Amino acid sequence: MSKFLKLFAPTATGAAAVLGSAYFLADQLVTDMPAPARGEIVSAAVADTETQATTDQASAPVQLASAAPARDGGFGLGRPATEDEVRAWDVKVMPDGRGLPVGSGSVADGETLFSDNCAACHGEFAEGAGNWPKLAGGDGSLANDDPVKTVGSYWPYLSTVYDYVHRSMPFGNAQILTPDETYAITAYILYSNFLVEDDFVLSNENFLEVEMPNAGGFIVDDRPETEYPLWRAEPCMEACKTSVEITMRATVLDVTPDVEGDEVAAETVAAAPAETAAPAEAETAIAEAPAQDAVGPDPALVAAGETVFRKCSSCHQVGDGAKNRTGPHLNDLFGRTMGGIEGFKYSGVFQEARDAGRVWDEASLAEFLAKPREYMSGTKMSFAGFRDDQDTDAVLAYLKTFDSGE
Amino acid sequence: MSDPKGPTTSRRAFLGSAAAMGTGALAAGVAHAEGDPLILEKQPWAQEFGDGVDETPYGLPIRFEDDVIRRNVPWLTADPISSINFTPIHALDGTITPQGCAFERHHSGAIELAKADYRLMVNGMVGAPMVFDYADLERFPRENHVYFCECAANTGMEWAGAQLNGVQFTHGMIHNMEYSGVPLRTLLAEAGYDVNGDHSGKWVYVEGADASSNGRSIPMEKALDDCLVAFKANGEALRKEHGYPVRLIVPGWEGNMWVKWLRRIEVTDAAVESREETSKYTDTLADGTARKWTWVMDAKSVVTSPSPQAPITHGPGPLVITGLAWSGHGRITRVDVSKDGGMTWETARLAAPGTAMALTRFYLDTDWTGEEMLLQSRAIDETGYVQPTKAQLREVRGLNSVYHNNCIQTWHVKANGEAENVEVS
Repeated sequence: MSKFLKLFAPTATGAAAVLGSAYFLADQLVTDMPAPARGEIVSAAVADTETQATTDQASAPVQLASAAPARDGGFGLGRPATEDEVRAWDVKVMPDGRGLPVGSGSVADGETLFSDNCAACHGEFAEGAGNWPKLAGGDGSLANDDPVKTVGSYWPYLSTVYDYVHRSMPFGNAQILTPDETYAITAYILYSNFLVEDDFVLSNENFLEVEMPNAGGFIVDDRPETEYPLWRAEPCMEACKTSVEITMRATVLDVTPDVEGDEVAAETVAAAPAETAAPAEAETAIAEAPAQDAVGPDPALVAAGETVFRKCSSCHQVGDGAKNRTGPHLNDLFGRTMGGIEGFKYSGVFQEARDAGRVWDEASLAEFLAKPREYMSGTKMSFAGFRDDQDTDAVLAYLKTFDSGE
Repeated sequence: MSDPKGPTTSRRAFLGSAAAMGTGALAAGVAHAEGDPLILEKQPWAQEFGDGVDETPYGLPIRFEDDVIRRNVPWLTADPISSINFTPIHALDGTITPQGCAFERHHSGAIELAKADYRLMVNGMVGAPMVFDYADLERFPRENHVYFCECAANTGMEWAGAQLNGVQFTHGMIHNMEYSGVPLRTLLAEAGYDVNGDHSGKWVYVEGADASSNGRSIPMEKALDDCLVAFKANGEALRKEHGYPVRLIVPGWEGNMWVKWLRRIEVTDAAVESREETSKYTDTLADGTARKWTWVMDAKSVVTSPSPQAPITHGPGPLVITGLAWSGHGRITRVDVSKDGGMTWETARLAAPGTAMALTRFYLDTDWTGEEMLLQSRAIDETGYVQPTKAQLREVRGLNSVYHNNCIQTWHVKANGEAENVEVS
């Protein structure tokens, strides 16, 4: 771990100087702030404050004025929040560990959980897949031309990892991870960054002992000192330069999306039927659906299915040119052997289904989409399932329109 | 088309014969009336019905404007669910951005949250944790303000060089709306926070109801100063993609702090240091150190027309050069425009006096001789801050800051009127 202990001592000094001389409103506040936990190991005991209630649900009653709250607003609007309501929504974790629930998780458990819940986007080793965020690596790259900002190379606080994984991940199925699972995944991310050994177990007890390599790598906004004084002079109006040369042109790179006029915009929409964003695409689908065939799908159901499919489209493509992404493409899904797309890396349960010769049909898809993890225990698909059968019907109707009948 | 409510028979007969004569004359190519057929010939829209008032209960722009839309840069992000699109500022005028084409940025998609299902919790270091529903919010005294909302990453793709060829893409992560809402100060007071007490060390943590639960820490001084809990924009309900039914307005500060689908406001004694204020929205400097808490959007301007998506199509003569200017520090007091890449400057006309933390429209009414131009604009705000060049910014920050690129932009306008995004010496 020692090779990561670059605490940017000169930078920390610089930050202190900034704090001392801040005059700008927001920074003025900063001068009055209690010292942040940066670079320090704070005992977990500091968590023993008024937010204890969120960390230990069994004890520490919350003071809650239910009848006449001490407020001077005077409008008498709203109502007191219950203790349970605050506990349900206030799950944030502070850098000093306040808000961490009691619990623990090992690197080993984290590896399995990460593979099931996170690896589809972040890679098996947290190295990132495609354009999705890399969570590991990048050590020492921050001053390079192309810095790689990961949990190991950049994130200053471990609390942020726990907080974000627990509240906002997995992508598209947030808030499913228990505290123990979150500790385990956090431990695995640390392991992937070579910050802990493979037998490490992270818990609320030892959480603050983990040192984040870039904890000292941040300074508070210093523009009021380093920039604003430079750029407050009366600007030049005449003969400001002797000559001007063009040094770079955007067209050389040619990375701008086509935007010239209506036709091109229409083409863009038509070329991306499986994409999700533009409302115009829903209209396109409605307009096209009746043309499919007279006895075919209900256009309204197909249109509804296209909307529902947005939940799927972050991982699955369908339509012309659809490719495997986080999940396999979904063209010609009906009648396809389960786990049957060549080159896609399926979970074990799908490999077994393929070897058993199982085939997707409407009934099996409906069952799978209602409760994916029950129907296919061990699937990597993070989606929790449709709560409403109408959504399943709609999305299947939509997917059927991409059935070539072969 | 028959016209039962048309003119009298005799008048119609007269007009009909005149039209027949005119058409015949044109067809024969003899002694035709001179002028524009759009004027000389009767047009269907001048004779037939248009749409009735029940045709469009809520209107969209006419189909001829259907290229004035938000656009995405697909390679920028892994997925449109957690991505950004861009306001077509090249095609807009004035300062107010229509909601339907105002840029969107989501971290887990734009959610559908009904007013009836909306709850706002205020907790933490307050007198008593409170819950407000939507109807409660509409009963507090309300204010109206126009503010710009700019993503900290606006122009962020241009740090290393001229990259995207259109002002929509280089500068379109911005919109400007009139908001109606309740001051955050009022809600904090209602929950028993002493708004007249000692705020040192106090923060407000705000969090959204979507799956990303985007959360940001705001110093208490700012929270009490001008933050607004808004539910209307440009007179109507917020759009889904902008946080319906309620979002936070943080005037002059980076758009990520304008939490959408606002569900929780907590008074804390420290910054939470959430993902969006540590791993993102921090600005890496050349030595690898990163600035954090870079909340304010510094003064910035850009010429919106002519620009790559809005070329000059009319040849030499009168030309309106126009653009937008804004500052998170207050009012725009002046905008200068250069046609020669910054060798000489002339001061543009502000369409209206600048207002604090809102877009200002500027015009330079000029006579274009057809010469090539290197068009630039530079904004000056009420603090005397002058918008810097990209070279000046790079000198301080290097190339990897990503966020807060407020440099002077250059368009190379060619003799044929086309324009290109370039960098100049």
